Amino acid sequence: MEKFTKLTGVAAPLPMVNVDTDKIIPKQFLKTIKRTGLSEGLFYELRFDEDGNKKDFVLDQPAYRDAKILVAGENFGCGSSREHAPWALLDAGIRCIIASSFADIFYNNCFKNGILPIALPQEQVDLLMDDAERGANAVVTVDLETQEITGPDGGRVQFEIDPFRKHCLMNGLDDIGLSLQKANKIDAFEAKRRQEQPWL
Amino acid sequence: MAAPRTLFDKIWESHLVDRQDDGTCLIYIDRHLVHEVTSPQAFEGLRLAGRQLRRPEATLAVADHNVPTTDRSAGIADEESRIQVETLIRNCADFGVPYIEVDDPRQGIVHIIGPEQGFTLPGMTIVCGDSHTSTHGAFGALAFGIGTSEVEHVLATQTLIQQPAKNMRITVEGARPVGTTAKDLILAIIGKIGTAGGTGHVIEYAGQAITDLSMEGRMTVCNMSIEAGARAGLIAPDEATFDYIKGRPMAPKAGAWEQAEAAWRGLPSDPDARYDKEVTLAAAEIAPQVTWGTSPEDVVPVTGRVPDPADAPDEGKRQAMARSLAYMGIKAGTPIGEIPVDKVFIGSCTNGRIEDLREAAAVAKGRKVAEGVQALIVPGSGLVKNQAEEEGLHKVFIEAGFEWREPGCSMCLAMNADKLEPGERCASTSNRNFEGRQGRGGRTHLMSPGMAAAAAVTGRIADVRDLV
Ligand code: SF4
Repeated sequence: MEKFTKLTGVAAPLPMVNVDTDKIIPKQFLKTIKRTGLSEGLFYELRFDEDGNKKDFVLDQPAYRDAKILVAGENFGCGSSREHAPWALLDAGIRCIIASSFADIFYNNCFKNGILPIALPQEQVDLLMDDAERGANAVVTVDLETQEITGPDGGRVQFEIDPFRKHCLMNGLDDIGLSLQKANKIDAFEAKRRQEQPWL
Repeated sequence: MAAPRTLFDKIWESHLVDRQDDGTCLIYIDRHLVHEVTSPQAFEGLRLAGRQLRRPEATLAVADHNVPTTDRSAGIADEESRIQVETLIRNCADFGVPYIEVDDPRQGIVHIIGPEQGFTLPGMTIVCGDSHTSTHGAFGALAFGIGTSEVEHVLATQTLIQQPAKNMRITVEGARPVGTTAKDLILAIIGKIGTAGGTGHVIEYAGQAITDLSMEGRMTVCNMSIEAGARAGLIAPDEATFDYIKGRPMAPKAGAWEQAEAAWRGLPSDPDARYDKEVTLAAAEIAPQVTWGTSPEDVVPVTGRVPDPADAPDEGKRQAMARSLAYMGIKAGTPIGEIPVDKVFIGSCTNGRIEDLREAAAVAKGRKVAEGVQALIVPGSGLVKNQAEEEGLHKVFIEAGFEWREPGCSMCLAMNADKLEPGERCASTSNRNFEGRQGRGGRTHLMSPGMAAAAAVTGRIADVRDLV
């Protein structure tokens, strides 16, 4: 997993609430057995009409083509558990999503892929949304170390993050490797469980 | 004396393998269900890292999302779907995971076959790379959906890194009125608390209307916990739970059974347990529910009207409502009972069990599917299908003009050939009415199986209470 320390890039506005993972990547792109190349399906139905013509979706506009940050409405990533959603965002170059709230599974999935989801109070999201509306000038810096977002005018916002998740993200750590280091604890748990709940 | 604990607290604490100083927990996973869509990249990850499965026998795999619901003898026509199913078969063979073949009578939707096989038991932790894993919470098991990276983590370590959830209790007091089903209860709950109402929480459902439900009904309720934003749903195990499990192929056998049952009886929340959030509804006030928009929280009673965005509490909501109505192609103020349908889908992990089919058949019996309507019945598993056929339900459906299909996810997410065409409107017993969920441009109204059958025979959304 790629480390996340400090990110500077254009922030794109997506002022929609309840953006579900079906919307982030519809089912026809879930038939892949790979994790890569999924940006093709990212926000597909918002980006293309029924005949496959582009609809001028925000990420297709010249100012936002290289966006690295997405500012969105509340309850982002609700619905299906598909990790194809963060894979598609990552494949399109998005490394950070800012919203007032996230659905749990999506939030988790982001951390497994080096994406930083930041939950902020709605007023702060609204301000960043205004910033993001400024097109190519909407350059925002996200510093994970100091837990600080710096807007295009130099305004700063602090954000919260769980310390363990921060540590893993900053060091690009592989969860499985970390958990396997606790193999003796898992062994001990299983031995006890076999005794107490032999039907399992 | 120890502090009183909730059902969730008890399961959580009994599965703690490790707790770091920063509060991050490693919890043990008892059972893992695997399907073809969210697992290929996990197995690929294991292969790349040279890792093995820790407990293949605690894992059960089945293909459900991509399988055709028409004649399967010729295999899967769509190449990508076929590759995904073949990949699952190969991965299971390579890593020693028990796999239920597509033509096995036990095949079906992953959340339907787990309980059927007795794979799902009270007090367990159960995961699957699928958000509707919450279904299994009906048995008093802590069951939740995970992403593919976590699937890989569980395959390799039989554990998950988690933060504890908060406790929420939703009590539905009193008896359900006639015509109100488990689906109506959960739709009403989501309508009340919203799709983010349960975020960060595990919801425990309680109250007479819940405990009165059969296991099938309880599964319907817990299934849609994710639509309320919750990590999981839970219902305390009781006699109905034990009766359902006893004698299932993977349930504890005599000897072990007594020991297991005694342990399960200790699971329900202690009387004074504390909840971070409490919500109460009166069952008597819950009529059959229908969704009008593109979020599962957009519910109204069948006797109601499509709401007006002008009445929205804020500008954001007003815009979202206007967008939903435009997508759905309906006008504010339209009586729900005047909305015509093109298709009807009865099935899915929400409502694809035997009781659901009985409920639909009771409405279909002696009637005909309205002209111009296509109505699909897709049993949730081969065993559900067999039982329905033993009871003669398939004849009722076929005579009424419904299509009687093979089990799978089908038009719940339209990954196989069953889907809506742009602009088509569907009365569906599934769980998501998102834009494009049942096919690009398709319009979904969620409701109970009886209500969906009523829509099929009248050609419009209709009050099931007028038909039974
Ligand atoms: S029936 Fe629908 S919700 Fe259930 S597992 Fe299948 S696709 Fe998911």
